[in-house]
Amino acid sequence: MKIIKIDKNDWTRGIDKSRETYQLFGPVTDSGQSIFKQLDKNAYPEMGGTNSVMSPKSVLFPQTEKILAASLDASMENHHIMQRPAADYSRRAVIGIRPYDAKAVRLVKLNFDTADYRDPYWCDAHGATTFVGLAVNQPSAVDFSISMGSGPFGEEGLDVLLVDLEDHYLAKVLTPKGGAYLSDAGFDAAAETDASLTTIETMQLAAEAAITTTVPTDRLQEKALLDLHGAPFWEDLAFTCINCGTCTFVCPTCWCFDIQDETKGKSTSRFRNWDTCMSPLFTLHGSGHNPRGKKTQRVRQRFMHKLKYFLDKYDQGTMCVGCGRCVEKCPVNIDIRSICSTMNAYDPKDVA
Amino acid sequence: MDNPYQPYPVRIDDIEIATKDKSLKTFKFVFLNRLDEVRFSFRAGQFAELSVPGVGEIPIGIASSPTEKGFVKFTVFKTGVVSSHLHNMKVGDIMGIRGPFGNCYPWDKLEGKNVVIIGGGFAFTTLRASIIYMLDPDNRSKFGNIDVVYGARSPGMLLYRDELFGWEQRDDINVHITVDGTDDPNWKYNVGFVPAIVEQKAPGATPATYAIVCGPPVMIKFTQPVLEKLGYGQEQIIMSLENRMKCGIGMCGHCNIGKELVCKDGPVFTLKEINRTPREF
Amino acid sequence: MNNYTKNIRKISSNLLEDGRVDLVLGFKRGTLPMASVPGIARTPEEAQGFVWDTNCRLNLANYITDQKEKIGIIAKGCDSRNIVNHIMENKIPRDQVYIIGVPCTGMVDKNRIRALLDDEIKEFKEEGEVILIRGAGQERVLDKEAYLRDNCKICTHRNPVIHDDLVGALVKEQKIEDPFRDVAAIEAMEGEERWNHFEGLLSNCIRCYACRNACPLCYCPACFVDESKPQWIGKGQDPTDIRTFHFLRAYHCAGRCTDCGACEEACPMDIQVRDFTRKLVKDSFEIYGWEPGLTLDRRPPLETFKPEDSDKFIK
Repeated sequence: MKIIKIDKNDWTRGIDKSRETYQLFGPVTDSGQSIFKQLDKNAYPEMGGTNSVMSPKSVLFPQTEKILAASLDASMENHHIMQRPAADYSRRAVIGIRPYDAKAVRLVKLNFDTADYRDPYWCDAHGATTFVGLAVNQPSAVDFSISMGSGPFGEEGLDVLLVDLEDHYLAKVLTPKGGAYLSDAGFDAAAETDASLTTIETMQLAAEAAITTTVPTDRLQEKALLDLHGAPFWEDLAFTCINCGTCTFVCPTCWCFDIQDETKGKSTSRFRNWDTCMSPLFTLHGSGHNPRGKKTQRVRQRFMHKLKYFLDKYDQGTMCVGCGRCVEKCPVNIDIRSICSTMNAYDPKDVA
Repeated sequence: MDNPYQPYPVRIDDIEIATKDKSLKTFKFVFLNRLDEVRFSFRAGQFAELSVPGVGEIPIGIASSPTEKGFVKFTVFKTGVVSSHLHNMKVGDIMGIRGPFGNCYPWDKLEGKNVVIIGGGFAFTTLRASIIYMLDPDNRSKFGNIDVVYGARSPGMLLYRDELFGWEQRDDINVHITVDGTDDPNWKYNVGFVPAIVEQKAPGATPATYAIVCGPPVMIKFTQPVLEKLGYGQEQIIMSLENRMKCGIGMCGHCNIGKELVCKDGPVFTLKEINRTPREF
Repeated sequence: MNNYTKNIRKISSNLLEDGRVDLVLGFKRGTLPMASVPGIARTPEEAQGFVWDTNCRLNLANYITDQKEKIGIIAKGCDSRNIVNHIMENKIPRDQVYIIGVPCTGMVDKNRIRALLDDEIKEFKEEGEVILIRGAGQERVLDKEAYLRDNCKICTHRNPVIHDDLVGALVKEQKIEDPFRDVAAIEAMEGEERWNHFEGLLSNCIRCYACRNACPLCYCPACFVDESKPQWIGKGQDPTDIRTFHFLRAYHCAGRCTDCGACEEACPMDIQVRDFTRKLVKDSFEIYGWEPGLTLDRRPPLETFKPEDSDKFIK
């Protein structure tokens, strides 16, 4: 394990140097909100901030992305033939991504990179991206990442893990990709490995101890899918949901999308946009029939997908990393932590 | 397929009005690049996304059989934005097709078996493909008895009428045509809903008999108990489902029924498989 | 426990006990500090979970649209005005709701309070008109009145305008000199500045539609943004589409908006959504002397015609 020491006085210089070979993305404050964005020339990632409102999933999966384009002008060659527009997949680095968000990228990969099909847009962006994570020294009150198999110092999905030690960072080099980024940034002061690992471990234990929310998930797998689906608690649980798309849009693992054509003059583009299973439109058939026409069915779908269908399908844990964004941003405070506990404890025999 | 979102360019080669009320048309497409036809190699029961640049895409079952070469056919009901636009398009227009997607009817399992095909309304498209496929001289000997029960609201709403009446004359397939009602005094086929005709005409269950059901939800709902009454087991009842879908490749998340995705794990499921899902379709 | 909470629980329990309603809609304690969120009670026991404090910002009238059951509903001034709207617009008959009125002294602005601490708020306590917030190692005592939401600061209908019961004595209504100062400031902007103001507001909009879905007025079975035949607007992040949504939604609320602030409360991106609706609140007041939801006895001006109606907008 190679560990690099980065003096904070050298930080901005290194970031600037890395701009020569990487497009940079990171958390910045925009209209008072912390959001992951591509960094302008003069912008630096805000490393010490609170959890970003929006997760970094947009770096690989923009809310609106042009996937195909065609000319509708019959006098043009190849008119009406959809083709992928050129896009920039040069090297990019996401600086300051939190460990649970990096784990989320790994989960989303299961959807976009499969044995049968490969989503070229997501996969190309993913291949081009280096994830430089920042360990969370002070987890927020809604952070339940440990319960979801991540944690404030989790390494899954990261190429580098930075640990903030006031006047310097210790950078754990986790992959060759990560090493390449640090080297391009000119961060090359090797730290003494054993001592650094001890320091990091101490900090990790402190951060993990600061997370007091535990959400049980141990029994979700053994539950029968149809028992959970038919459980009586969904109706009351969903009553206050206003059916907006906030939870799905702020979620780092929600990947559902819509495909839409938009035409200007004689040229047309096919876009994919984030979609939300909270919307009745999501499942509406052309005939008017809607298999999830009721709010309760849609709320159930979201939690069943994250906490049961995904688990059963991939055997890779839940499709939730415990970032707490939906808990904080839900206008009516529908809390996945309590829903998960309810599902985990549910026994149809208790009802009957 | 390098980019599963990129349609193969096709030209509309022929458009046929499929029903009296003109709400259904059958489109015959020819691939602009011959190689794409090879890439589009499919089996009966699969579907494709018909892709109209500037308008959008719709998932439609493939109505032609893999044994019919040089073109692919789709019969489209005019309902939403894309299908309405498609109905106004002309022979010679260029558009796209993505696919083939989804699984197919379980042809490997069906070999050596008796097959009962039950269809209703405009959901007869992949069933037509299946019949053509099975009746192909190279394939007919692979199957036992073939029975077909197909119904529509009225005689004019039956799809593929010429073929249907042709099959009815043959002795290597038993075709039971029915309509909900008709004022044609010369109508010589059945009158009655599909489930009732299935009960009267479909062969009884044997371990070597499989039923393939495709139709509107209400037909499926009432046909299922009839088949069960005839003794068909949950694994012998095979259904093709529909759900709203966008990508066709199991990524966009729209068409799930529990953990199954209709577009990728389906659209063909056995009743046994369906009964394990929350049936959100 | 404050008296309002006590009385809300008591009245709700009695109603449920006597079978006079099937359920009561109120606020319950959420899982975060400063989160008092909508909740229902179907039994007297469940009614013991109701609370009232200065975080009951959402509008419960949002939940009664087309409901079939007999509903008891906790209503502060603005909620009661939206209930009146609902009755006027035939979304629920008067006798299907039992209105438990709450004379309100305003709800606090959670964002301004959050911004007071460097760290997140771990505890929020309210004693009368005083608020105490605690974070990791920090503590502040606040005068509630100074941290009211902008709409509450200028509210002149704090008492429920319609009610079947009350949880406390009516409060004194505020006299506001110039309630539309905020609108006037935007009106005074030059064209480009005004454009930029609204562009800036929308720069972070993610089109989650929380503003629409939290709004009791937005009950259309199919919102225009969701229609496909014809498809009125694009569904992506094109700024024109985002603008169109917000502008049109605001116009759909003209003459109906009670300025309850639920839209802003729901917005995950903290967009000042009221900036879109306020001008129409002002216009309906200035042109027609109309404040929505105050009475069941007069039809709204936008569905009635009078020869003396202002026609300035045509010129």
